[in-house]
Parts: sequence; structure tokens; C-alpha cells
Amino acid sequence: MSQPRPKPPIPYNMRDALLPGDAACSGCPIPMGWKTVHAALGGKVIYVIPACCSSVVVGTSPGHSLNATVVHVPFAAAASVASGIAEALEKRGVTDVHVVAWAGDGGTGDIGLATLSGAVERNNNMIYIMYDNEAYMNTGIQRSSSTPKGAWTTTTPVAGKAEQKKDVAKTMIAHNIPYVATASIAYPHDFYSKLQRAKSIKGFKFIHLHAPCPVGWRFEPQYTVKMARLAVETGLWVLYEYQNGKITLSGPSRPYMDPSKRKPIEEYIKMQGRFRNITQEVLDEVRKSVELNWEWVRKFM
Amino acid sequence: MGVRKALTGNHAISYAVKLVRPEVIAAYPITPQTSIVEKLSEMVESGELDSKMIRVESEHSALAACYGAALAGARAFTATSSQGLLYMHEVVHWVSRARIPMVMAIVSRTINAPWNIWPDHSDFMDQRDAGWIMAYAMDNQEALDLTVQAFKIGEDPEVYLPVMVGIEGFILGHTTMPVEIPDEELVREWLGPRRQPYVVDGGSPIGVGGLTMPEETEDIFHGIQESMEAAKKVVERVDKEYGRLFGRSYGGLTQCYRCEDADYIAVAMGAWSGDLMEAVNTLRDQGYRIGVVRIRFYRPFPHEEIWRYAGRAKGVIVFDRSISFGGWGPIFTDLVTGLAAYTDKLPALSNIVTGIAGVNITSEDFERLVKRFVEAVEKGGKPVFFEWFKKR
Amino acid sequence: MSLEVVSPVHGKLPITKPLKGVAGKTGLWRTERPVVDNGKCTRCFTCETYCPVNVIRVEPETGVSIDLDYCKGCGVCAEVCPVKAISMVPETG
Repeated sequence: MSQPRPKPPIPYNMRDALLPGDAACSGCPIPMGWKTVHAALGGKVIYVIPACCSSVVVGTSPGHSLNATVVHVPFAAAASVASGIAEALEKRGVTDVHVVAWAGDGGTGDIGLATLSGAVERNNNMIYIMYDNEAYMNTGIQRSSSTPKGAWTTTTPVAGKAEQKKDVAKTMIAHNIPYVATASIAYPHDFYSKLQRAKSIKGFKFIHLHAPCPVGWRFEPQYTVKMARLAVETGLWVLYEYQNGKITLSGPSRPYMDPSKRKPIEEYIKMQGRFRNITQEVLDEVRKSVELNWEWVRKFM
Repeated sequence: MGVRKALTGNHAISYAVKLVRPEVIAAYPITPQTSIVEKLSEMVESGELDSKMIRVESEHSALAACYGAALAGARAFTATSSQGLLYMHEVVHWVSRARIPMVMAIVSRTINAPWNIWPDHSDFMDQRDAGWIMAYAMDNQEALDLTVQAFKIGEDPEVYLPVMVGIEGFILGHTTMPVEIPDEELVREWLGPRRQPYVVDGGSPIGVGGLTMPEETEDIFHGIQESMEAAKKVVERVDKEYGRLFGRSYGGLTQCYRCEDADYIAVAMGAWSGDLMEAVNTLRDQGYRIGVVRIRFYRPFPHEEIWRYAGRAKGVIVFDRSISFGGWGPIFTDLVTGLAAYTDKLPALSNIVTGIAGVNITSEDFERLVKRFVEAVEKGGKPVFFEWFKKR
Repeated sequence: MSLEVVSPVHGKLPITKPLKGVAGKTGLWRTERPVVDNGKCTRCFTCETYCPVNVIRVEPETGVSIDLDYCKGCGVCAEVCPVKAISMVPETG
């Protein structure tokens, strides 16, 4: 009798990740991300979560929906509290627990940037996942530094955001940490393998997770995964890993190194209500910036 | 019997930390606290102190990292002053409201603008609503003793609140005094294992600080107030135990100096209490029956003891080294409120706010101010209720 | 150094435990409901992988089952299914 095939971690190890009935909006990408993290890191995870959608998605006392330990912290303090937890656990000889800072784009790239840089420079031992829904969604869709150029938000309501999207992953690469990766909720197997790699490294690991928000980006909730896929298929979101000075392009993004293979950027942009008033000029800039980003990626490959 | 060294206040606190050996220290340098961070770094790097030192990039991160470490079961320590303390202010509230014990030293420096590095109590007092146990030392020996005791007090299940220990920057922080360092083994044995109400270290999943409805949140905060009340007995017990084991007892929440038979009570907190006591000695020689009640613990506020010592007094004069703008000195405000809990026949009262932003007040100044107060009351007049005494 | 976890004498603690239904029966939110054709279903697990409420289970023998007490009716499962075995119908119940 042959051995029974081992059950693949996706989806079997996702099954006890979340308890149903959380407070997330319909179609929210956040729990999708959590399922993959749980599949990759297993049962003993301490999530450090600053103010963001996730703070509320887990629900209200006396319960929380993530089947893991969740430490809620002040907005700017995800990386610093996680540093303290990591150091204390190491000192106490507790080695079988993963410390995961799970923070939004605001808490990471804006209010928490100095804190992040500090923990990174100290190379404190944690996996930091910045899930990027490209605005301050929890407080009602205000712009963040991660909001793309031209996007409507409640604080850029007329002409759309004037500034380009801040690239936090590149900032992490500039800090030269052991591991930087980009990921997307549409590619859980890719995200899973990046987490597997990250968890085997000691030090600061950063993963920039693209997480389209139906409510904030103005699209029907059924399209969350499709939106994230389109971002990769248009070449706008590049999936890669950075280690030891080199970038490795991830499988799902490899076809799109060739500009002729990329889907037209309009396919992605037009599906989102937040880009309804985008001008042709800004659209052309976006197209150019996609190719500029690929140029940068190629340099490091 | 411990080792006697000539130590600055900052180094006395550093040696107290060495005795306790917290698993994690996270601190950011700021004048006049810097020599604590430097001394602890030296102790850790030389192997003298087996703690993890997180060289954080800001004070906000310093307290946040200590919070994380303490949550994960470690004894944690930090120190700061003035702007640094204000920068971590949101985390100050977070730690106490999460009921996580840890210890922080405050090396007092006034609050800016403008830039000014000299001492008053404003940075310390700015934290007074946050739910931390707050203690203040008069000399470097007490600074060491209080820092050690802070761990014992905060980790008592009757309390479970973080503790801050204050000293004036430069006056104590940079000034050398003889200090006895108790025996390390004895200290650790007395402290025992760390106790905390819950821990985050990979056991069964727990959520900390999630969204909570109003009634439940109110219950949580009310628990802090109840623990503050219970902390009074714990402070007294710890003070007595420490006295038995290490030879120094200070009297609990307050220190009574010649106040048992006093007609007039002068109240102060911090290093200048010593100058006030000298002034009182001089005035006693001149026939005035005056005593000093020194505030050692400002939170929980010792209103029972104040009533016990000052209830029969003809007059109480309170020296504050900080101001609540638009109001009065904080010690005076709490003291008068505390007295009103016991009586509607208050003694003559006077609040002198002085020594602000590092202006130097001497025992001669105290002598003059106290004498003026006493004579005003004796003559049947009303002493000045509130004065910002500016020494020029 | 050992650690003792001891309950506080005074006050409640700001702690929670993992719990199902923290936002109530979220099935009440939906305006559309997923309907599965298990004959078409190829047991590829895509719907289960992406379901943001973790209410889909795919079993090789029986196919797809969805806990309708908590399904928010987002429609992601229907959208990602490669063989269109799931369709969203208006919620009337």
C-alpha cells in the first residue's frame, strides 16, 4: 500500500487559522493574508498589531477572531513592541514562537516609519508584514503615503492624490536587512513560500503584502482576488525577494518582465472607482512608472 | 552589609538595576539621564549585567519595547526625562491601563520650549493621571532603594501597576553621594520570581488590548483606581521589609520629619526637602514648632497620612516645584482636596510654587518663606494662599 | 528566572480569547448567497483558499460545503472558481 499523500498546507493548515464571524468588510483581503501566515508559521504566533483595520477586524472583547495571540499596540509602535517581545522571549529561552508584526501601510510607512527603521537597523528578530490597502482605511479611507497617484480618498477628494506612492520595500532594501519580499493576497502559494523562507532566517524580515480593499478602492467585494491578480498581471505590482544584495523575481511576475506580456494598465485602473477621475496625464505617468520600476528590479537581479 | 560607593544619582539607579537584573532594558539618551544609559550599556557589554539592552531609536520606542518585553514575561526597565517622557506619553498610559508591571526612572528636567535642561518636577507631574505608581527620592541612597523596591511593589497582585521613580536631574542625577549597594543575592531572593497578571509567550492564544465596550472598559479602569488604593499598604509593607533586610526604612508613603509635635507643617517632595529640613531645624532652634511631611509617593496620594500629621496643625505650607498652568501646584491641589475629605475646618493653607526650570532654592529661602507663613498665621491674619516665588 | 502568572486582586484585565462569531452571525450581512454545483466542482480548493471568513470546506468525496451562518456573501468564491461551479443568488431568507 502506498503512503497516503500528505495534506498540502494550503488549504489544510489554513483551516484553524480564523474563527468565522469576524468584523471585516465583505471581501476583505486581511483574513486571506492571515490564513496563509497561519499555514506557514503554525500555531505559536504572536501578532503585534498597531491601529489599523485589523485591530477592529478581530472583533470586540471578550473574543478575537484570529486563532493566535494578538497584541494590540499604539499606532506607531508595532516594530518597537515586537522588538521588546522578541528580545524578552530570547532571553527567557522561549524559541518556538514566531513574532509577527502585522501592520497597515499607515502604521508602517507613515506614523511608524521611524520605529520601523529603528527595529530594522537593530536587526531585531521578527517577520514584519505590511499589508497595503493603500490608504488609512480603518478611519474611513484617508490618504496615506502608500496611496497611488491620482487615487480618490476622503482627504484627496477632488483631484486625487498628487504625490506618487511611497515604496517602503525599497526603503527596507536600502537598510540591507536579511530578507525583503513583496507578496500579494492573490498568490497565497507564493506568499506561503516567502514566509517559509523568512521564518528560517534570524533577524528582521519584511514582507510588503498587496491587499486590495473593496470599500476603499470602490469595487465589488467579489473582485478582491481578481484586483490583486490584475496588479501583478499589468506589471504594476512586482513579486520579488531581496536577499544579500540580489533580487529574485518570483514565478508569478516572471512573464511580466516583458512589457508586451503585461495587461494594459487601464484594465486595473478602470475597475476601481477611486480612479474614476484620473486624468490621461496621470495615467501616462503611471504607465511610465511601471516600466521605471521594472528597470530598477532588473538592475538588482 | 553591602558595598559602599560614592555614586551619582544616575549611577545609584544604574546599580539598583544591576541588582535586579531585568531581562530587558530599552532606553534612549536625554540630558540629564544620559549617564544611566551609558552606565547600563557599559555594565551589559562588560558582562557585569546579564540583561538584553535594546538601543532604541526614540523614547516612544523605549517604553514600547519595555512594554513588549514585560508582556512577554521579562522584568523591564527604562529611564528618561522631560521631552523624552512626553514623547512616550501615550505609551505611559498604555502600560498602566494594560496592568503590566515595569519600572522607569525619571531624571527630572523641566519641559520645553524653550530649551532648558535644568530640574523641576514638571515632567514627572505631567504623568500624574496615567495610573503609574509615582515615587520621588530625596537622595541617591533613596534613589537606589526606591528603584529596587519599585519592582517588588509593581509585581504585587494587589497592585499590578508600573512604577516610576523620580530624582532631580543634576541636583541628584549628577551629584556624588555615599551610597550603600545592598547584596545582590539577597535582593534577588527578596524580589523572588516575577509575577504578572497574564503573559504573552506562546502559551494558549490570548488577545491583549482589543476593542472593548464602554462598561467593560470602565471596569478595567476602575480596577486601576482600586489597585492604587491597595498599593498604599503594599508600599508600607515593602518599606518595612526592606528596612528589616537591608537596614533602611523611610516611613512608607511619606516621611515625617519632626512633625509629630508640630503646630505647622511644611510639605515638599524631592531633594530640596533636605534643604527644607535644615530650615526647619533652624526655625526649631528659634522656638517655632514646625515639621516636614515629605512626599515620597505622590501616586497613590497619601491623604490619610497628611491628615494624620497635619490634621491638628494650625497651618500647612506646601512647596511645589511645578505648576499646573491656570491652577496651582499639583501637590497643594491634591493635599487640600485630601484634607477636605476629612474636615470642613481646614488649617491655614499656603502654596509656594518655586524653583521652576532649575532656579536654585536654598535652605535660607525656605527659612524665610516658612517663617513668613507662620508669623502671618500667628498674628491672626491670612497668609498668602498662592505665590509663585521668583528668586532673583 | 521563573515567572508566575497570578490573577490580579483588583480589576478586570484587557484580555480576550479566540472566539467564533465576534461580530455576531455575520451571515445576516449578506444580500447574496453562494450556491454550489458539486457536479461541476473539480475539488481544486481555490474557493476554500480564498474565502475571507474561512467558512468553506472542500472534501474530495462530497465537494464544497459553506457555513451559511457566517458567510458574508462577498462572492469571492464564485469569482475565483475556475470552472464557475459557484453562483451567487439573491438572499431571500
